[in-house]
Amino acid sequence: MKEETAVLQVKGLTKHFPVAGHKVVHAVDDVSFSVSRGKTLGLVGESGCGKSSCARTIIRIYEPTAGKILLDGDDISLLNQKQLLPYRKKMQMIFQDPYASLNARMTVHDIVAEPLKAHKICSSRKEENEMVSDMLARVGLNRDHAGRYAHEFSGGQRQRVGIARALILKPELVICDEPISALDVSIQAQVVNMLRNFQEELGLTYLFIAHDLSMVRYVSDDVGVMYLGQLVEKCEADEIYRHPLHPYTAGLLSSIPVPNPRLAQEKEKSGLEGDLPSPIAPPSGCRFHTRCPYASSCCREEAPELKEASSGHFVACHRIHN
Amino acid sequence: MEHILEVKDLQTSFLTSSGEVKAVRGVSFFVNKGESVGIVGESGSGKSVTSLSVMQLLVGTGKIIGGSVKLNGRELVGLSPKEMRSIRGKEVAMIFQDPMTSLNPLIPVGEQVGEMLWSHDKSLSKAQREERVIDLFRMVRIPEPETRLKSFPHEFSGGMRQRVMIAMALACKPDLLIADEPTTALDVSIQDQILKLMRSIQKEMGMSIMFITHDLGVVAELCSRVLVMYGGLIMEEANIYDVFENPLHPYTMGLIASIPDINQDKSKKLQPIIGSPPDMVHPPEGCPFAPRCPYACRICLHQLPPVFSAGEGHKSRCWLLAGDAPSSGNPLKGRKGAKE
Repeated sequence: MKEETAVLQVKGLTKHFPVAGHKVVHAVDDVSFSVSRGKTLGLVGESGCGKSSCARTIIRIYEPTAGKILLDGDDISLLNQKQLLPYRKKMQMIFQDPYASLNARMTVHDIVAEPLKAHKICSSRKEENEMVSDMLARVGLNRDHAGRYAHEFSGGQRQRVGIARALILKPELVICDEPISALDVSIQAQVVNMLRNFQEELGLTYLFIAHDLSMVRYVSDDVGVMYLGQLVEKCEADEIYRHPLHPYTAGLLSSIPVPNPRLAQEKEKSGLEGDLPSPIAPPSGCRFHTRCPYASSCCREEAPELKEASSGHFVACHRIHN
Repeated sequence: MEHILEVKDLQTSFLTSSGEVKAVRGVSFFVNKGESVGIVGESGSGKSVTSLSVMQLLVGTGKIIGGSVKLNGRELVGLSPKEMRSIRGKEVAMIFQDPMTSLNPLIPVGEQVGEMLWSHDKSLSKAQREERVIDLFRMVRIPEPETRLKSFPHEFSGGMRQRVMIAMALACKPDLLIADEPTTALDVSIQDQILKLMRSIQKEMGMSIMFITHDLGVVAELCSRVLVMYGGLIMEEANIYDVFENPLHPYTMGLIASIPDINQDKSKKLQPIIGSPPDMVHPPEGCPFAPRCPYACRICLHQLPPVFSAGEGHKSRCWLLAGDAPSSGNPLKGRKGAKE
């Protein structure tokens, strides 16, 4: 991955949330990765692993505690809201919940046109109307839909409105925060195919966050696995599913229900034991050691570094590197 | 085989200001002793309303307007709330999707499970109840049950809360357990733990399970027979192998094609089902799936197909199985169970 072609580079990103009693939630801890132009990085992990916090910090909904966020090579981690405005045009977000992320009092036209207004893109009302109806047509909605309100639509249609809103500015980077988890199975495939078509057409770069590992493999070029705020493994998508190196990745993969009864009911699955520990007081050493079947004394004491195990395959595990 | 549950032509509607929503429109099925049956469908397909109708837990304007529900040979439709209360929990119990809203946040979990025992057997002393709760917690593998039973729901993780719900459902050893999307709100790793637990408990206790879900993968892990619902009707019924290997309804075929296989080549595009589910206030006149079906003929739009039998226990509600169905372009041509 060449540095100069990376649309997004994240270096040592950290986000801590203060909570009562002078404690902090370690939501994101020292996460680094980059995404090349036109590619998709999938971020996966259990709920509470920090993948959404990571996305929200990158797009500066949250203020980063430490670390750098480079968009097209420019560090945006310290800019104020006014300085950020030109960069906002380049990065947009699609949210998980198509019910909560659309304003119930705005028509679909107003929702999709709002980014145009915020960035003063259109010189006339006519131009705005044209751009909005063109965008709606591209996500499979028609002109009649523009005057309606979000509650008149199904979940899949609402998510299309969310996608239209995100793409109307022709951004470079789109952060998709679990865009399909709230949708029915038959609708998920519609939305995923649409996102893939847009990527091919517009050369978009995606940061795709999801907990559905089979869907992530399907959309991603590279996959990063997060555990308790840290990136524990990162490599090319097919490679991570074929040869997971981190015991956490292996456990997650074997937990996926297999839509094949002959395999599913016969295999003895290993899976993962136990629950995610508290991010307020993460375990010492390797944060996964409390659930890891291979943990040794070294894992309890010393935190492993994310290092290259084979070409392009990064993993943070003592067992692999020793 | 002994039928624990037998549902015949069940119809359930909700009366709303915009008209009657026919959520379930004539559903018939049975559950054998010790069997686990999966009901699969999208939101709005009527799968949850079917299970709530069995439990007689419909709220608001929901009403069973026809059909029968027999549990252990006894008719449940028309029973008084008091009679129903003595059956719920003892003969049939239910676990819900969201374990947070299903538990009372102000009462320790042990007491909530104990209440279940008390309501069906008033002779138990407090100490006896506590002992039983500890046993139940041990069975659902909640660590340190003696101390955890005094904890409140907010002190538990999602997976642990669902274990409490399962403990509560199993308290009176029901013959039938209805699980309505019990793992949908959980992470894959925790979902896997809960599914393993349910499988081992079923083996131990020999109860029947009716498992409602939208995830065909989960069904493949747990169930031996599957009902596929759409638009308030059962579209296909088959054993678990036939559903995946020889589906005889275009909706089932579409559902299977739209899930990504973890081993699949990703350059292939997923094949989604076009369109969106039907409006149940004005359900389509013919087959509810016809507007989204790539194989729909003229008859599909006007006349609801009957249930065609296609071999042992395999049924499909699709005109493609009719004797005079066109053979050109028929996806079922040459398939086992389909007409020649």
